[in-house]
Amino acid sequence: MNRLRELFPWSVIIIAFLLILFLPVSEHKVHLTTRILIFGLYAIAFNILFGMTGLLSLGSALFYGFGAYVTGMMTKSFGGDYFIYLLLFGAFSCFILAVPLGLLCLRLTDVYFTMLTFAFGQLAWGACIKLYYFTGGDDGIQGIPRMAILESTKSYYLFVFLVVFLSLIILWKISKSPFGQVLNGIRQNRNRITFLGLNVYKHQFLAFLISAFFTGLSGGLYSGLDGSIHPNMFFWTQSGSIILMVILGGINSFFGPLIGSIIFILLEDYIGKTTEYWPFFLGTIMLIIVILFPKGILGTISNFIKGFSSKREIGNGCHS
Amino acid sequence: MDVILEIKNLNKHFDGIYVSKNIILKIFKGSLTAIIGPNGAGKTSLFNLISGYIEKDSGKIYFQGMDISDKKPENIASMGIVRAFQVANFFPDETVYDNVLVASISLFKKSTNFLADKYSFKNIREHTDMILKNLNLFEKRDLKASELSHGDQKILDIAMALTLSPKVLLLDEPTAGMSPDERKSMVKVIKELHKKFNLTTLFIEHDMDVVFGIAEIIRVMVRGEIIAEGTAEEIRNNPMVIESYLGKEV
Ligand SMILES: Nc1ncnc2c1ncn2[C@@H]1O[C@H](COP(=O)(O)OP(=O)(O)OP(=O)(O)O)[C@@H](O)[C@H]1O
Ligand SMILES: [Mg+2]
Repeated sequence: MNRLRELFPWSVIIIAFLLILFLPVSEHKVHLTTRILIFGLYAIAFNILFGMTGLLSLGSALFYGFGAYVTGMMTKSFGGDYFIYLLLFGAFSCFILAVPLGLLCLRLTDVYFTMLTFAFGQLAWGACIKLYYFTGGDDGIQGIPRMAILESTKSYYLFVFLVVFLSLIILWKISKSPFGQVLNGIRQNRNRITFLGLNVYKHQFLAFLISAFFTGLSGGLYSGLDGSIHPNMFFWTQSGSIILMVILGGINSFFGPLIGSIIFILLEDYIGKTTEYWPFFLGTIMLIIVILFPKGILGTISNFIKGFSSKREIGNGCHS
Repeated sequence: MDVILEIKNLNKHFDGIYVSKNIILKIFKGSLTAIIGPNGAGKTSLFNLISGYIEKDSGKIYFQGMDISDKKPENIASMGIVRAFQVANFFPDETVYDNVLVASISLFKKSTNFLADKYSFKNIREHTDMILKNLNLFEKRDLKASELSHGDQKILDIAMALTLSPKVLLLDEPTAGMSPDERKSMVKVIKELHKKFNLTTLFIEHDMDVVFGIAEIIRVMVRGEIIAEGTAEEIRNNPMVIESYLGKEV
C-alpha cells in the first residue's frame, strides 16, 4: 500500500511528461514544458534548503546563473558535442563554488543568512555585467550549440526530462535518508539537533552543496534550451520567482515545487501573452492562491487526503 | 566509587547576578542525584554550563577525567553527557518514531548517509524500538509529536536523550507540569532506567515527594551556590535548607 502510494506521483510524472512527446502539440508548448521541468528541478533543489532545512536563500540564482554560464560558455567554445559533459561540469563548478559561499553564509542564521545570500547573488549579477569581454555583459551570450542528436525541440525535451527525472530520484532518496531526516530536524528545532550530538553547521553545509549542484544543473539545462543566456539569470528576482513557485506548490511536500513551477510558468506564459501588465496579474493570482491554499496547492490537497484516511492508519506503522 | 563528572570552582554570572558561584561538585558513576532549589537559583544554568550551551566565566568541568570545559555542546553530547529539557524539546512535525529515530541516527553515526532509506538499518530500527518500548511510547509511535499529551512530550524528550546511550543523564524537572498519575509513572521510569542501565543520573526537581522518593543524594542550590548535600534524611533536617528553601513545607 505504501509502496504504491510512493510510486504514484512518479508514474504521474512519467506518463504526463512523456505523453507530450506523442501529442500533436506546438513547438511552443514543448518549449514551455521543458522550462517547467527545468524550473521544477531548480525549485526542488532550492527546497532542500528552504522546505527541509529551513534556510531561506535569496541567492539561489547565483548557482543557477553560474551553472548556466559555465556550461553555456564552455559549450560555445568546445562545441555542442561536449554539452553533456559540460552540463555536469557546470553543476560540479557550482558545487565547488558553494564550498566557500556556504561556509561563509551559514555562519549567519535566519534573516542574516538570507541577506548575505542576497548580497552574494547581486554581486555575481554585477560581476556578470561588468566582465563584459568575458561574459558579454548585458547582451549575454547567444548561439550556444547543441549536440546533433539533441537538435530538435522534442529531443532536447526528452533529454531534459531524463536529466530532471534522474535528479529528482536522487533528491527524493536524499529526502528519505538519515541525512534528510536530520535536515528536517534542523528546520524544526536546531537546538535539539545540537543536543543530540549533531553538528548543525556541518549538515546545513552539506545541504547547501547538494542544493547548489542541482541548481547549477538546472541552469546548465537552460543554457542549452535557447542557446542563449543573460545576466538576469543571476538577478535576485530569479531567486524570488523560485521562492514563489515553492510556496505556491507547497514547501512541505517533495513534489510541491514542481506543481508550483507548472502553475507559475503557465500563468506567466498565458498572462504575458494577454497583457503587458502581467506582473500585476501574476501577483494578484499568486496572492489568491496563497490565501486559498495556505500550505501550498499540493500541501493542502495532501492534508485533505490525509485527514480522510488518517483514522484507518493509526497503529499500523510502516517502520516495523 | 569512580567520579564520572567533576566540577571545579565553576563561576557564571548574568549582569552581576551569580547563577553559579564557585560550584564544586563530584558525581559518582551510577549515582542518582537530585538538585533542588528555589526558582532562579541557577539549576538550569548549571545544566547549560555542563552541556556546553552557555560559556562559563571561570572554572573547570571534567568528564571521566577529561577537561570538557571548552567543548561544543554537540561534542559533549556525543561524548555521553546528554540532557532532557525543562520544557519538552522535540521535533513537533515528526512522528514519535521519527523523533527517536533522529537520535538513533546520531548514535549510529549515520547522519551524513544521504542515499540509504532511513528505515533500512536494522540496528537503528532495533535500538529505536527498544527505547520506545522501554518508555511506553511504542503504541504511540505513529502519532505526531505535537499531538502527544504534555506528559508524553516530556517522556519523548527523555526518550531521545536515552537513545544516545548516555553515560551521564541530565534531567531538568522531568515531572514539571504533569498530572499526579503521570508523575508517578515518570518516577517509576526514572528509577527503572537508573537500575536497568546503571545510568548516572542528575535531575532537577521541585516536587519534594519525587525528590525524597528516588534520589540517593540531594544537593540544594540557592542563588548559584550549593548550600547543602546529603541523603533525604540529612537534607530534611538541615536547618539551613529549611530556612532558605523548604520553609514550612516539611
Ligand atoms: N541566558 C541568560 N541571560 C540572562 N539571564 C539568564 C540567562 N539564563 C538564565 N538567566 C537568569 O539566571 C537566573 C537563574 O536561571 P535558571 O534558569 O538557571 O534558574 P533555575 O534554578 O533553573 O530556575 P527554575 O526553577 O525556575 O527553572 C534567573 O534569574 C534567570 O533569569
Ligand atoms: Mg530551571
